[in-house]
Amino acid sequence: MTDTAVRWRRPPMIANPWWRAALCLGVGGYLVVAVGSLEINWQRIVAGMPRALEFVQAMAAPDFVSRADQIIDGVLESLTMTLVATVAGFLLSVPVALGAARNIAPAPVYLFCRAIIAVSRSFQEIIIAILLVAMLGFGPLAGVATLAFASIGFIAKLAAEDIEAMDARPLEAIRATGGSWGQVIHWAVQPQVMPRLAGITLYRLDINFRESAIIGIVGAGGIGATLNTAFDRYEFDTAAAILLIIIAIVLVAEYASGMLRARLR
Amino acid sequence: MAVFTKDGEMTWRRRDRRAALQRWITTFAFVAVLMLCWQVIAERTLWDFVLDAPAQGADLLGRMIPPDIAYVQQLWRPLWDTFNMATLGTLIAIVLATPLAFLAARNTTPRFPLVRPIALLVIVASRSINSLIWALLLVLILGPGVLAGVIAIALRSIGFIGKLLYEAIEEIDTKSVEAITATGASPGQLRAYAVVPQIMPAFAGISVYRWDINIREATVLGLVGAGGLGLELMASVNTLAWGRVSTLFLLILATVLVSEWLSARLRAAVT
Repeated sequence: MTDTAVRWRRPPMIANPWWRAALCLGVGGYLVVAVGSLEINWQRIVAGMPRALEFVQAMAAPDFVSRADQIIDGVLESLTMTLVATVAGFLLSVPVALGAARNIAPAPVYLFCRAIIAVSRSFQEIIIAILLVAMLGFGPLAGVATLAFASIGFIAKLAAEDIEAMDARPLEAIRATGGSWGQVIHWAVQPQVMPRLAGITLYRLDINFRESAIIGIVGAGGIGATLNTAFDRYEFDTAAAILLIIIAIVLVAEYASGMLRARLR
Repeated sequence: MAVFTKDGEMTWRRRDRRAALQRWITTFAFVAVLMLCWQVIAERTLWDFVLDAPAQGADLLGRMIPPDIAYVQQLWRPLWDTFNMATLGTLIAIVLATPLAFLAARNTTPRFPLVRPIALLVIVASRSINSLIWALLLVLILGPGVLAGVIAIALRSIGFIGKLLYEAIEEIDTKSVEAITATGASPGQLRAYAVVPQIMPAFAGISVYRWDINIREATVLGLVGAGGLGLELMASVNTLAWGRVSTLFLLILATVLVSEWLSARLRAAVT
């Protein structure tokens, strides 16, 4: 027994000291190399500082008035795009979701529908928008098509998972009465997944609005186009107004869709 | 449910008259609004272009196949930049979001008015604005380049990490907090020994998850001039080099899939 007091220490997160040292060294080395490759142009940053100041001032005194027409137009366009795209995405994703549920779809259909979901989820909205703008021309229709396509992956994936997790007994019961495929879907699947499907769609509505604010950068319409123009003209006060409107609408949409989803549950 | 008597016979219907009417009106209003929205979009569309779309699409596909594979040689540097934007941006966001989350959580926020609302406001503002919009702004201020991308990623991620982290802090088990308080621990010790160990798994999971999303977002930030693969994409689209565009798509797809796989493995390991 020793007289010296034994002091308790917290055990380290990684037990092996060699691993600990190697990890620290690796992370440190990466940081040095990565920061070194940033190619920071200090002169440009110093030259840009007045603009940063200007933007902060603009945030404090946003200008809603002088480009009011364009702002209202852009917001309306974004909202209409959001609604139409979500409804279209919902209608398109229902068959895909049914096909992508392992418990009600045969294997070839399952694989095909899962492939659609994977493609739709892997590419960002803005990349799809570039392609669709090239195909459909500039304007909100390309935006609607983009958002609808992106919604398929989101809604169909979550809905398919929900169908796979549902209670199998009603399914069996309806089949036992001799119900056709359509009747099985209508009486056994639909009542079980509808509340959650509605919730998922509302959530996607929310996301679609946010995305509608950026796909305008590549020409697919909406408030993003207005915002991009404002930045291009260095009209920071108008840009600040648009940003505040986007934040407000996102908040309202999030709150409203949260309330509706809570009621649906 | 409702039962009606008609000509002395009982018939069952799913809804009574009032519920049916209510439902009909709601549906009608919704369809009317939808049609109105569609009309706005239809008015702003050049239908000649749309009618031409199948031909355009086929043409585009013809130009995109085969992908320009040799072009990959020029893409290693942009790929490295993309990876750095996501990783450094996530690291900066973690450093800034952690104290913010402690200020925003109901059970750890200091007893000082206005601190919590301000922390929440910062989180909301950061979360509502997409990193592409942040990048648009930062490219004007800092000039085009990877730095603007790093900061854009960081600004967007602060809100995301902050929100999920403060929710995790609010959900901790109060028993160990009480136990540590009973030993006479200072607020700092309380945080270090009662709160932090409980949120550590959530913290690691959230950070890795956000890193994965950031890789995805960093691939397109270059579209507005913030460096990385997006910059090459914009250049290729503008010069109509569709073979290069499809190469970039394949590379972006591969990057996203690898980061998703990695993040899923890491998250499975920590939780």
